[in-house]
Amino acid sequence: MSAVLLHQLAHARSGDKGNRLNIALICYRPEFFDTVAAQVTPDRVAQLFAGRDVGAVQRYDLPKLWAFNFALDHALDGGVNASLGLDGHGKTLSFRLLTLTVALPPAILSLVQQPA
Amino acid sequence: MPVTTVHIGAGAGFAGDRAGAALPVVQALAASGAPSFLIFETLAERTLALAQLERQRDPQAGYSPSLVALLQPVLALCLHHKIRIVSNFGAAHPQAAARRIRAMAADMGFPQAKIAVVSGDDLSARFSTADLAARETDGRLLQGRGSIVAANAYLGAQPIAEALDAGADIVVTGRVADPALVLGPLVHAFGWRWDDWDRLAAGTLVGHLLECGPQVSGGYFADPGFKDAPSGHAGDFVEIGYPIAEVRADGSAIITKPAGTGGVVDLRTVKEQMLYEIHDPAAYLTPDVVLDITQVEVEQAGPDRVALRGARGRARPATLKATVCFPAGLFGEAEISYAGPNATARARLAIDIIRARMARLQPALALRADIIGVVSSFGDSAGHDLAAATAESEDVRVRFAARHADAAPVQQLLAEVEALYVAGPAGGGGVRRHLVPQLASASCLIERELVQPGMELLA
Repeated sequence: MSAVLLHQLAHARSGDKGNRLNIALICYRPEFFDTVAAQVTPDRVAQLFAGRDVGAVQRYDLPKLWAFNFALDHALDGGVNASLGLDGHGKTLSFRLLTLTVALPPAILSLVQQPA
Repeated sequence: MPVTTVHIGAGAGFAGDRAGAALPVVQALAASGAPSFLIFETLAERTLALAQLERQRDPQAGYSPSLVALLQPVLALCLHHKIRIVSNFGAAHPQAAARRIRAMAADMGFPQAKIAVVSGDDLSARFSTADLAARETDGRLLQGRGSIVAANAYLGAQPIAEALDAGADIVVTGRVADPALVLGPLVHAFGWRWDDWDRLAAGTLVGHLLECGPQVSGGYFADPGFKDAPSGHAGDFVEIGYPIAEVRADGSAIITKPAGTGGVVDLRTVKEQMLYEIHDPAAYLTPDVVLDITQVEVEQAGPDRVALRGARGRARPATLKATVCFPAGLFGEAEISYAGPNATARARLAIDIIRARMARLQPALALRADIIGVVSSFGDSAGHDLAAATAESEDVRVRFAARHADAAPVQQLLAEVEALYVAGPAGGGGVRRHLVPQLASASCLIERELVQPGMELLA
């Protein structure tokens, strides 16, 4: 098993609804879906954003799109109306999710694209 | 002969979007020969409240300030080729927007242009603040509040379809659900029934994909080395082609963009936008239908062409969402730079000094500090992430922010940050500060029978 950054396996986009953040996580290839599903759990995501005092983290699986949708309650310091942060929408936080590492079996490792 | 395919282009995905970006879209729609529509989405949550404040200052204002810049490059071409325009740029004053458009059209040689105005979203006359507070979801921001700036329900696609049925060349709305800008033209063109949930879901999905303009066609997408344009040229992200949907009567659709433009439409761009601002993908609530995207299939059908099918729908909700905006005090920010050896330590000292000074001057004021270059965007407001960070940078910017009902405490913070010039750590420079009034918003659910959407052609 080799550890790689989630950024090498998947891309992501955030959106906000009030104080709730959603991050769509989309695998570059269908072969990555099961590994990401097993390792990028709601608990692990909640831990990653623990500094923000998040509430419930829900993961919705979309296997036909090789994708997951994470919904994080109370993740935005009150939302764009109330946050004192630079990024009240949480738009940059999609790339925080991509900082997680994932352990890959060798057969799948060979499919990972290297930065150009 | 019944219509088999309708083309819908998006000319803007937000009020500040790029004027002129719609021109290649309109040219492609004109060349297609298919029944065509152009949408502009220009109303973010608080944009409408800002427009309401404008209208209070000037009774002829209150529509989107970008209306003229967005329409000027394409209005004559659209009217000439019978490409019908649907937009929410009416904001807080759709009537005034319609009059302005009529004047523009007349100047361009189209005095007969038919312009429709959609009404019924403005709840402020029929609902007191207490009525709205009783219907608030997700919090109690409205309870006991005196004045509000704006209260608007998200209308569905019905009044838009009716306006097109009545022959409108241009449909001007205030608050409507963004996907309704697309669903309205589709229902008008195909005659879908208002309880044909799967078709309404398919049209809503197309609307959701188009409503943010270039976000589905290569905007908000590039990640060099990981997500590039097909050519590999970074220059392809300069003039991004705004999206066009080719929708068939069964609801299946192709998402594409004008030939010869930059950007990219592929599985990655379409999936990112499909899930944008979604909570439960099996239940995306809109005024017209509950959309389920879990069974949607996407397929690359050619260069910059993605086919979608499989949206499913369930009966629309009994309530309509409404956004209520109210004044929320003043927000201030001030920044100062530190660079070179030991810059991060000097930045941290600046934060400690400001916190200590403000604790004496304004003990009740909550303030946030960031070190841009170490932890800022990812950081939390309580400062846990910044405290834990071990990274050092030799070129940082310290940022302070606070909000308060009154200006004075925030102004004091900004003055203290500026005073770091003489009374802070060594080598601080480049102070910038600003103080702005803030609007906040709350969400309500309104019984559908209490909202009366309507449409009329401008006399």
